[in-house]
Amino acid sequence: MKLTDQEVRNIAELANLRLGDQEVEAMAHDLGDILTHIEKLNELDTTGVEPMAQVLFAADPTATLREDIERPSLSNADALANAAVSGGGYY
Amino acid sequence: MSIDVASLTMDAIASGLRSKEFNAEEIAQAALAFAEAENPKTNAYLTFASERALATARKVDAAIAAGTDPGPLAGVPIAVKDVIVTRGVRTTCGSKILEHYIPPYDATAITRIEAAGGVLLGKTNCDEFAMGSSNENSAYGPVRNPRALDRVPGGSSGGSAAVVAQGTAVASLGSDTGGSIRQPASFCGVVGVTPTYGRVSRYGLTAFASSLDHIGPFARSVRDAARLLGAMAGKDPMDSTSAAAPVPDYLAALDGNVKGLKIGLPKEYFTGLESETGALVSRAIDALKAMGCEVREISLPHTDYAIATYYIICTAEASSNLARYDGVRYSRRAEGADTLGEMYKKSRGEGFGAECKRRIMLGTYVLSAGYYDAYYLKAQRVRALIAQDYAKAFEQVDVIASPVSPFPAFKIGEKVADPMAMYLSDIYTITGDLAGIPCMSVPCGDTAEGLPVGLQIFAKHFDEPTMFRVADAYERSRS
Repeated sequence: MKLTDQEVRNIAELANLRLGDQEVEAMAHDLGDILTHIEKLNELDTTGVEPMAQVLFAADPTATLREDIERPSLSNADALANAAVSGGGYY
Repeated sequence: MSIDVASLTMDAIASGLRSKEFNAEEIAQAALAFAEAENPKTNAYLTFASERALATARKVDAAIAAGTDPGPLAGVPIAVKDVIVTRGVRTTCGSKILEHYIPPYDATAITRIEAAGGVLLGKTNCDEFAMGSSNENSAYGPVRNPRALDRVPGGSSGGSAAVVAQGTAVASLGSDTGGSIRQPASFCGVVGVTPTYGRVSRYGLTAFASSLDHIGPFARSVRDAARLLGAMAGKDPMDSTSAAAPVPDYLAALDGNVKGLKIGLPKEYFTGLESETGALVSRAIDALKAMGCEVREISLPHTDYAIATYYIICTAEASSNLARYDGVRYSRRAEGADTLGEMYKKSRGEGFGAECKRRIMLGTYVLSAGYYDAYYLKAQRVRALIAQDYAKAFEQVDVIASPVSPFPAFKIGEKVADPMAMYLSDIYTITGDLAGIPCMSVPCGDTAEGLPVGLQIFAKHFDEPTMFRVADAYERSRS
């Protein structure tokens, strides 16, 4: 399977990625290789097979929920410690 | 008095602390000094957490002095893959995009390790956002394999495997999405464990592919790995995917008794591998037979579809998980963009390395309008078939054994030009993640060139005790 440069640019646009011209060319080649391999899945008839989205174990439907109890969260200062700029006009 | 960190076991640390041969602070000092001196050889550590390590060690010493139990990991120097967040200690995920990120909180695994007395020594190098099989995708340079410095340590948890092999940590944490613990463990000659999906909380593990990500331990023995897993495992209210199943005493399972256990050898896993690797794995299986295990051939018929399935699911999930690195909420912001959209694209284009971009692109493609059913949904259906293969096999056998990788550690640079060839090297490890079953690598000898090879053991969901029992019995038979 081959992707054109324009198709690669369209995907990059969807992915919010700026790619250089050389990157586009390499990407068209690499994605083409991988998609060719992936076509192998078409050999399999999966009619009636339930898709597996997650590894699930038998449990009560609410077993994964915790009690809704108020807890302290990060302080503003901690939460913003990594921001390059904060305050007026930012956060 | 000098402490030889490279040969310390957890049991030796516990007995040395008890007998006052040394204290935890002395171990931490010795470990930090040794790790800092040795690190230039391998580039396995990215950041040392010296102050934090010494502070934790002093707490352990204070607990001992006060006569309270310092915990099962008391004084044990532990390194952590740089995709697991550590409060106040830089966490880069091997990416330029998080070069200056200092997390404001700890992952649950870290909190639990320190509560058990473990000492966080530092953060280890890895493939960018855990995407890779050789550690060559790190923005901070490749890690060199301590057993052969011109070779890769495997990936993506290459640094975590290397520090344990090099002796610059007694144990370490890695993450495994498609083999990222077991493959580097096999390449570096250490024990590496991928527990059951949900066994260890992922709160604080930087998300790559959420339906496949695991945290797991590396150690120099099965016993130490089992102990470290036991200290981290169990339900966490901060991770709704963490499993509620009780955590058994893993050390109690290490009784050496494997007589009558049934081991399945999947025929699909013994084709296409290098002959020396195959011979070492066969010898390990013979050793298990000699201990009374029953060995039989089984089939996991959908193995051939695993790579295609995996690279759809993991890239789809990654493209979504990595959307948060946008120059606003996280990550460095590119200069000189005129619009918000331009700023996103430029920040991400400059910040991500080639492999991350490739996976984001592939994931975006397979999820895009018109392709979702043909790719993502199809892959989820095939994933169900792969999981069923295991369920059926485990009706006949207790554990499954196979090689970890078709070949031992390869040379740095050897496979970088061909991403597809690199992906294909994950063939024996990714099915374990797709099915969510526990699996591990235990060293089973070296090739003539001195390169380590790993034996892989898979068990049923939550049956880590049987997996550890087999691995430990085998390990004992070798010493």
